[in-house]
Amino acid sequence: MSMPSADPAHAAVRELSFGQAIREALAEEMRRDPYVFIIGEDVAEAGTPFKVLAGLVDEFGTARVIDSPISEPGITGIGVGAAMTGMRPVVDIMFGDFSTLIMDQMVNQAAKVHYMSGGKLRVPMVLRTTLGASRRSAAQHSQSLHTWFSHIPGLKVALPASPYDAKGLLKTAIRDDNPVVIMEDKMLYQLKGPVPEAEYTIPLGVADVKRRGGDITIVATSSMVYVALEAAEILHGLGISAEVIDPRTLVPLDTRTLLESARATGRAIVVDEGYERYGATAEIAAVIADGAFYDLDAPVKRMGAMDVPVPFSPVLEDQTIPTPAGLAQLAKGLCGRL
Amino acid sequence: MTGIATSATPPAEAPDIEHLLSMYQQMLTIRHFEEQVNTLYTTAKMPGLAHLYIGQEAVAVGVCAALRRDDYITSTHRGHGHCLAKGATVDRMFAELLGKEAGYCRGKGGSMHIADQDTGNLGANAIVGGSAGIATGAAWSAKMQGSDQVAVCFFGEGALGQGLLYECMNIAALWRIPVLYVCEHNQYTEYSHWSETTAGDILARPRAFGVLSEEVDGQDVRAVYDVTSRLVAQARAGEGPAFLVCHTYRFHGHHVGDVQRGYYRSADEEQRWRAERDPLVLLASYLAQQPFFEPGVLEHIEQSVRSNIAAAVQFALDAPYPDPSEVQQHVYA
Repeated sequence: MSMPSADPAHAAVRELSFGQAIREALAEEMRRDPYVFIIGEDVAEAGTPFKVLAGLVDEFGTARVIDSPISEPGITGIGVGAAMTGMRPVVDIMFGDFSTLIMDQMVNQAAKVHYMSGGKLRVPMVLRTTLGASRRSAAQHSQSLHTWFSHIPGLKVALPASPYDAKGLLKTAIRDDNPVVIMEDKMLYQLKGPVPEAEYTIPLGVADVKRRGGDITIVATSSMVYVALEAAEILHGLGISAEVIDPRTLVPLDTRTLLESARATGRAIVVDEGYERYGATAEIAAVIADGAFYDLDAPVKRMGAMDVPVPFSPVLEDQTIPTPAGLAQLAKGLCGRL
Repeated sequence: MTGIATSATPPAEAPDIEHLLSMYQQMLTIRHFEEQVNTLYTTAKMPGLAHLYIGQEAVAVGVCAALRRDDYITSTHRGHGHCLAKGATVDRMFAELLGKEAGYCRGKGGSMHIADQDTGNLGANAIVGGSAGIATGAAWSAKMQGSDQVAVCFFGEGALGQGLLYECMNIAALWRIPVLYVCEHNQYTEYSHWSETTAGDILARPRAFGVLSEEVDGQDVRAVYDVTSRLVAQARAGEGPAFLVCHTYRFHGHHVGDVQRGYYRSADEEQRWRAERDPLVLLASYLAQQPFFEPGVLEHIEQSVRSNIAAAVQFALDAPYPDPSEVQQHVYA
């Protein structure tokens, strides 16, 4: 990275919340491109239950920030059709758990239209929704189902972890000619971080090294980045230097950065809030095990959400997601420190 | 409501014979196209699945004749007729059905997924009712862009069991979206009579949303064309969505391999429809009654269609397959 004073993107940097960064990305793209519109349940005056979109309707009106009935398949399908005919819809699905309702439109329609038409039709659509537990919202408002979308050729999947990434990835997604799913951890919306005032975008498929280290690589997605950074701090106190890498997008996946780090450290753990069984951790661990095999000193380990429906009671729910202490413990063991 | 619309009432103006002949030619093209599909399939020259449109030609042709080239349609697994009626050419259609590079989708879509954006065809869909969102979204897109295009969503009565359709009709009515939902009621949802799968009154469903709804004799291409023209004009003028039930009949089975059909419908019933309700025969009879009409015209059309189809089949058989490297192309734009 160039010196801050020489980089116009860093000339003026504000602290924005994750939610504000998303709102700013949408506002900028809607000003830039009149074909961009937002459709979803209570996205206009209500600005969504998380207030992420608050105020957009004042600038762009109800013709471009469109409140829909509670009809997730309908609005997703309408988004696909609008995208195929010149618009750039941003479809807002209030909770990631409702992904179950829209799977035909995403999997059989959006993902396949370009391929099935021999490259003639395109679906430049963004689907924004949430992931993440620990909000005491129980089993139908707490799941992290990003792996479902990541499994389907034709879809791209982004999981921003910081306000900076949330803005840059969303702007890129809106400009992409493919369906892009962005899943935001609802626990991050209030998180603040530096966001340049100047325009920028972040390409899909480029990982970000959140912390440098030489003893072990921790690959972490979405809010698990913060679990990993806290674990890295614990490990630092034990004399173990952990490198934390956020792939930022699961599809496309920046395998080069992941493998370079794993080859250098010789040890890797993958942590993600989706279910561990058949999860994103399994795919990324396999990529590392395969690509860095001769440089690894230990098997690749992974941590995901416990394979149970997310329970309501806090004492139960808190056990289901990875914690810094648990991750540090696993890393310690992998580094031969028991 | 005065019941099913037909063309029995004489129109105020004299019939436009040229237009009727054009629709006759299109219906005949679909008929011969599908008969060739049957032959290609049963002689193992065509892979996959084939759902024939024979018997329903008046629906696709009557509806699409009321559309402009830049209007949108979405189609179904039984979609060859829609694609042809909207303007697709038979050579590239056959090529797609045979998985050839010259096909509309470079052989990647096949029989159930033909799309042709040049004629406004946003694609056939093999998920029953799956295109309701796409058609409604395309019409919404046209409205947002200030164009006066409309979209037609074709589906069979089997799709009346799918929730997406009702979500879209609700939204289309709320936002006055210029989309026409065309229900091709061919009486059989795969291998079951529609009465076993459909409760209540079909037209009461769209009417519950306040959607303008009509029904028409789907074997009468003139009636289909007339009612569609009216509904499309209203949608184009900003009056919102409409729903049209076309009563028709699938002369063949659900797919080409569905030949033992006695367990769900009688040979006698099929024979009656073929003998009495063939849309081509009905239009030919009407034309024959017109003053100064020369029957030789229909023979001429027949010869021309046959030779076009024969040339198109040969074109598709001779056409090369896509290069194997294309398998990974077009996953992403």
